[in-house]
Amino acid sequence: MRPEAALGATEATAAREPPSESQRGGGASKGPGYGRLKWLVRWEGALIIALIATIALGAVTSPEFLTVSNIFSNVSLLYGELAIMTLPMTLLILAGEIDLSIASILALSSSLLGYLWAHHWPMPLIIVCVLAVGVVCGAFNGLLVTRLGLPSLAVTIGTKTLYAGIAEIVLGPAIITNFPSRYTTIGVNPVPYTHGLLSYSGVIFIVLAAVFGTVLHATPFGRSVVAVGWNKEAAQFAGIRVKRVKTSLFMVSGLIGALAGILYTFRLSTAEADNGIDLVLPVIAVVLLGGVSIFGGRGTLIGVILAVLVYCGLQSALLLTNFNANALEIVTGGLLLLSVLIPNGGELMARVRRFYRLRSPVWQERR
Amino acid sequence: MSVAIGTVGPGGGTSGSRRLVELIFRIREFGIIAVLLLFVAVTASIQPRFVNSQNIKFVFSNATIFALLAVGETLVVVTRNVDLSVGSVLGLSAFLSANLFSQVHGMPIVGVFAAGLAIGLACGAVNGAIVTLARVPSLVVTLATLYIYRALDVIIVGGGLVVASSLPNAFLAIPTASWSRLSAVPYLAIVIAAVVAASAYCLRSFRPGRELYAIGSNPEAARLAGIPSGKRIFFAFVMSGGIAGVAGVLWAATYGTVDSTAGYGYELTVIAAVVVGGVNIFGGSGTVVGAALGALLLATINQALYVLGISSFWDPAIDGFLILVAISLDHWISVRLTSALRKRSLHHAT
Repeated sequence: MRPEAALGATEATAAREPPSESQRGGGASKGPGYGRLKWLVRWEGALIIALIATIALGAVTSPEFLTVSNIFSNVSLLYGELAIMTLPMTLLILAGEIDLSIASILALSSSLLGYLWAHHWPMPLIIVCVLAVGVVCGAFNGLLVTRLGLPSLAVTIGTKTLYAGIAEIVLGPAIITNFPSRYTTIGVNPVPYTHGLLSYSGVIFIVLAAVFGTVLHATPFGRSVVAVGWNKEAAQFAGIRVKRVKTSLFMVSGLIGALAGILYTFRLSTAEADNGIDLVLPVIAVVLLGGVSIFGGRGTLIGVILAVLVYCGLQSALLLTNFNANALEIVTGGLLLLSVLIPNGGELMARVRRFYRLRSPVWQERR
Repeated sequence: MSVAIGTVGPGGGTSGSRRLVELIFRIREFGIIAVLLLFVAVTASIQPRFVNSQNIKFVFSNATIFALLAVGETLVVVTRNVDLSVGSVLGLSAFLSANLFSQVHGMPIVGVFAAGLAIGLACGAVNGAIVTLARVPSLVVTLATLYIYRALDVIIVGGGLVVASSLPNAFLAIPTASWSRLSAVPYLAIVIAAVVAASAYCLRSFRPGRELYAIGSNPEAARLAGIPSGKRIFFAFVMSGGIAGVAGVLWAATYGTVDSTAGYGYELTVIAAVVVGGVNIFGGSGTVVGAALGALLLATINQALYVLGISSFWDPAIDGFLILVAISLDHWISVRLTSALRKRSLHHAT
């Protein structure tokens, strides 16, 4: 019963084309015929074209680009954790919330992993413990947002600093590197039977992407996430437990952040308090690039997966040229800016034209 | 939000509710001052060294740049927007302006500040133009320009570096210069305080300033009331950029050595200061005085922890905790305020 209700709510709102539509970052306001799906098809299409262009660019500029070793070490290994973290972030942004603390949870789990290992805990127990701490961190975010009614942008700026701070308290200036090779090979070796293409984090991303995609697009829970993001009140009246949905999304975000922390630590075989702390804005940038509206309620996981590929591909292609490695984030910025300007370009021109058309008679009237 | 509430509704209820609003608003800023004084008192009682002029000077010089950035950020945040690019603008301006000393022989210090201001204004104008013309959410735009400005900085700087020896002594003395009898308070802190006071006055008493609050309180209503929202939001972004540009020059003067990492990650700290200072992250309420006090509070706490000999590893955790306390408190006050006002207006209606 619930999925129909939720779907009905979104569809009805989409069909009505609310006036704020133009501000939602989409270009769907050309007319009543352009529903939500049209826009999505267009955006994902654009991303596929961008991906093909990226691959072509990479192949042209460097013969190294399409080699197995490049795809493994510069794409699947280097961006594994970032890719994994985009998945829960997609769900959260779709639900109209945001989690700026996810990279701090990564850092916290990395430093907890190092601390417990230095205190001779058995590794399986450490992993369970670290994941549990991640869930607790996420639950804390979720409770502050849903039970106290605070904006998640402000809450997670606070907990971002808090969790990063706890990470520093736990490990201090220490750097733990003596992890057993059994685990660190997970971080650097390809998964067997993938022809050396995929890292463990890459495979985990693929599996998780399938799980998240199915949950988001084919289960009542996933549909309720979208409904909550589209219209919280309507979702509430449709019988969706808004607070519970949001809290569980924050918990998932914490869990995945902790998992990314474990993978990050094994990849570098180094536990440090500031591991991966700068990843949060790139994660959000990739999700937005994937066509997810920052206001929630709009976007698909396919778009985000394509955005991950475009992002990784373009960065790795630039890495193979003589481009300044420290300036690689210009890719993030440029793509992000294009992703909001292109869908709004037509509308922008239309507004300018309308402005001039309206303007002359009004001015004459006033005089 | 609440500032706007205080002025609406003519009639008997206004003066009473306005008094209530103003009282609570004063309490809001008093709250930060109270926490500040409490912190200073407790720290000073444990470690009297904390209130010597050297330490106070440190606190002020750490707080000035963040207080300045917080003023600009407040202008943007009250309009229900956000400017994430301030750290990158600061970095860009810090390098380009400080580099002028070695590029141009006999470069006057005023010229360097003008250059920093111009760079900041240009960056802010780009942000503002994209946000207002293309009607794109500012979080996305400034997240993008955060990376673009930083990348430009990295490309321009290359392997270069501005070192303190290439900067004139008069320039390096700006952040620490003070009156000899009151050496704890640098001139710069007084100038910044004046800037904060002036912008607080403009926001409170001038029409464009009030309109920023109106836009943040209810964008649709502001538009229908004939407020040129686009123009005002553009102005807020330009101001925020310009302030970040000037802050970049001050950063260069304070630290002397400028590479491409200047101001890295400042954006979230600035927003934290603004939020601690009682500015609603969803716009419509909050003052620049509060935001500047928020920056001062964060700087004081960091210095207090240092003086108390608590490892600096505790800094971020305590900052984070404080931010959470501040926003919870702020939310609690605004909920109380709304219900009090509603009760009052019901009372007057009957």
